[in-house]
Amino acid sequence: MELKKLVEDLRVTGVTRLNKRHFTLELLSPVKLPLILPGQFAQALVENSPSTFLRRPFSIHSVDYQKNTLRLLIQIKGPGTSHLAELKAGDHLNLIYPLGNSFSLPFTKDVLLVGGGCGVAPLLFLAQFLNQNNIHPTILLGFRTREEVSEIDAYSRCGKVLITTDDGTEGEKGLVVDHSIFQREKIEFKKIYCCGPDAMMKAVAKIARMNNTDCEVSLENTMACGFGVCLCCITPTDKGNERVCVEGPVFNIRRLPWK
Amino acid sequence: MPDLSVNIAGLPFKNPVTTASGTFGYGDEFRDFIDLGRLGGIFVKAVTGKNRDGNAYPRMAETSSGMLNSVGLQNKGIEHFCHEIYPRIKNFNTNIIVNVSGSTVEEYVEVAERINELDNIPAIELNISCPNVKLGGMAFGTIPSMATEVTAEVRKVYHKVLMVKLSPNVTSISDLAKAVVDGGADVITLINTLLGMAIDAERRRPVLSTITGGLSGPAIKPVALRMVWQVHKAVHVPIIGLGGIMNATDAIEFILAGASAIQVGTANFIDPAASVKIADGIESYMERHKIKHITDLVGALRTE
Ligand SMILES: Cc1cc2nc3c(=O)[nH]c(=O)nc-3n(C[C@H](O)[C@H](O)[C@H](O)COP(=O)(O)OP(=O)(O)OC[C@H]3O[C@@H](n4cnc5c(N)ncnc54)[C@H](O)[C@@H]3O)c2cc1C
Ligand SMILES: Cc1cc2nc3c(=O)[nH]c(=O)nc-3n(C[C@H](O)[C@H](O)[C@H](O)COP(=O)(O)O)c2cc1C
Ligand code: FES
Repeated sequence: MELKKLVEDLRVTGVTRLNKRHFTLELLSPVKLPLILPGQFAQALVENSPSTFLRRPFSIHSVDYQKNTLRLLIQIKGPGTSHLAELKAGDHLNLIYPLGNSFSLPFTKDVLLVGGGCGVAPLLFLAQFLNQNNIHPTILLGFRTREEVSEIDAYSRCGKVLITTDDGTEGEKGLVVDHSIFQREKIEFKKIYCCGPDAMMKAVAKIARMNNTDCEVSLENTMACGFGVCLCCITPTDKGNERVCVEGPVFNIRRLPWK
Repeated sequence: MPDLSVNIAGLPFKNPVTTASGTFGYGDEFRDFIDLGRLGGIFVKAVTGKNRDGNAYPRMAETSSGMLNSVGLQNKGIEHFCHEIYPRIKNFNTNIIVNVSGSTVEEYVEVAERINELDNIPAIELNISCPNVKLGGMAFGTIPSMATEVTAEVRKVYHKVLMVKLSPNVTSISDLAKAVVDGGADVITLINTLLGMAIDAERRRPVLSTITGGLSGPAIKPVALRMVWQVHKAVHVPIIGLGGIMNATDAIEFILAGASAIQVGTANFIDPAASVKIADGIESYMERHKIKHITDLVGALRTE
């Protein structure tokens, strides 16, 4: 399905600091929000940051059609995201959105979502979307430490939440793939959706493959345009080099050359 | 209303604003953002003889006021272009110009000959300047005798407007300009990207998979302006200028230096409507300065 893309100045209506490294922005659109699907992203223009020349991609974290707002969950990494962290209610942020493909609807109710780091961002929107289709997924989230565990209430409204922290200060200790749900002979899920650091997605994909479980991952990649014209963001797939910003960011692991 | 139309080697353009190859896809990607009919022309992504997968990832590094890329002419080849892409874009209400690339003279000739048959493509732009392919590409654009040869061979089979895009990675841009005019070029486009490099100090590794890549964006504008000015003085064919044009003022600067038209490249990534805004901005500049015809500004730089 082709969705219309917009370039708009959205007004910041809420900034929530989740912890030292993460915050969310609530953004009000001046026009009626277009249809946005879970897994899609936006390209944000970082103004007045001389070292940030290109836009920065962020997943859509949630959408509220009644309020006409969408939210982004941002992890502070470098100059671009540090600059965005200074936005206040009333400021504007220019976005190109919605971009990319989306997660597909599962043919099963035994669904697991796995997220780590800022990779949790698209999973809330996905979980809400699954709920609308009467699916209540299990949601496994990995954090560094207790201080970074956030928005659990919102996830809990969508399904059963499981947590790991690197240091064991909350939930099970270790990485998401160390969680006890993966330590059984056969996992109980028929579909896995995963977003996070590359190494994490590859490890989850390996488990999915061993269990013959269908699995979709959302890839990150360095992008210049975000809408398919520069060919900078490619990833090798079964169809050759494909654009993460158009044919992705969501790929079924069957299509990726991951071992 | 000021008159923005220009005629370049016999080909009419409704205004001097066009979009640069490799930064505008095949045009249809921009349909949600702008009315393509507002543009003077669209230069589509490079087409080669056969399918090319391009270079490995990572292909991009952001720099101060610009970016490096090493895409490497990824495209599905001339037959795919003729059958799958041309039907989709041929009725756009603007000049569609194809950027032709290759590794050998034969490949350039083969592609040009095929495109000559396409009724709605009024011109080609020979890309003899791509820094991102190992064989050929830039060699044709840096050695004058090779530049003359490839232009002359294509000229024999291509009967519409022949544009040649030059590489800035040379000591004397005027020598290259003269060389392609000798080969039969109707128009010169400049500049392509400047060869550059980015290093990740923490990992002690190059950022790009190809180690070096092509620099574009505002960082290269002063070099591009200088080259347009030098080529304008050296040859008498029309020039299409580009390199770091982000707004209408940048575009006017290129026209004053001697460009009959301009291309918007990297700016499309940051603002997909940049090209149309630049066309509007040129019009208001002309109103403000009471310029009736845009052609009155071409090369109108006052140096004394
Ligand atoms: C489709 C997509 C969706 C994304 N969604 C989110 C999200 O919802 N929330 C979020 O916080 N972040 C997300 N990101 C990552 C985010 O875009 C980068 O963290 C951001 O661009 C960094 O910008 P910066 O200027 O702060 O840091 P920079 O100085 O640009 O980068 C800091 C460090 O991060 C690395 N880096 C930068 N961009 C990327 C990238 N795209 N992929 C991998 N490494 C990178 C750089 O190499 C550098 O080491 C997403 C990326 C993509 C491609
Ligand atoms: C991602 C990217 C891909 C490009 N691909 C091509 C190409 O296929 N053929 C070509 O002649 N130039 C290509 N170029 C060069 C541009 O057309 C232009 O010459 C250059 O970027 C300088 O202009 P700018 O600073 O306005 O971008 C490419 C540039 C970029 C950034
Ligand atoms: S970022 Fe430009 S094609 Fe994907």
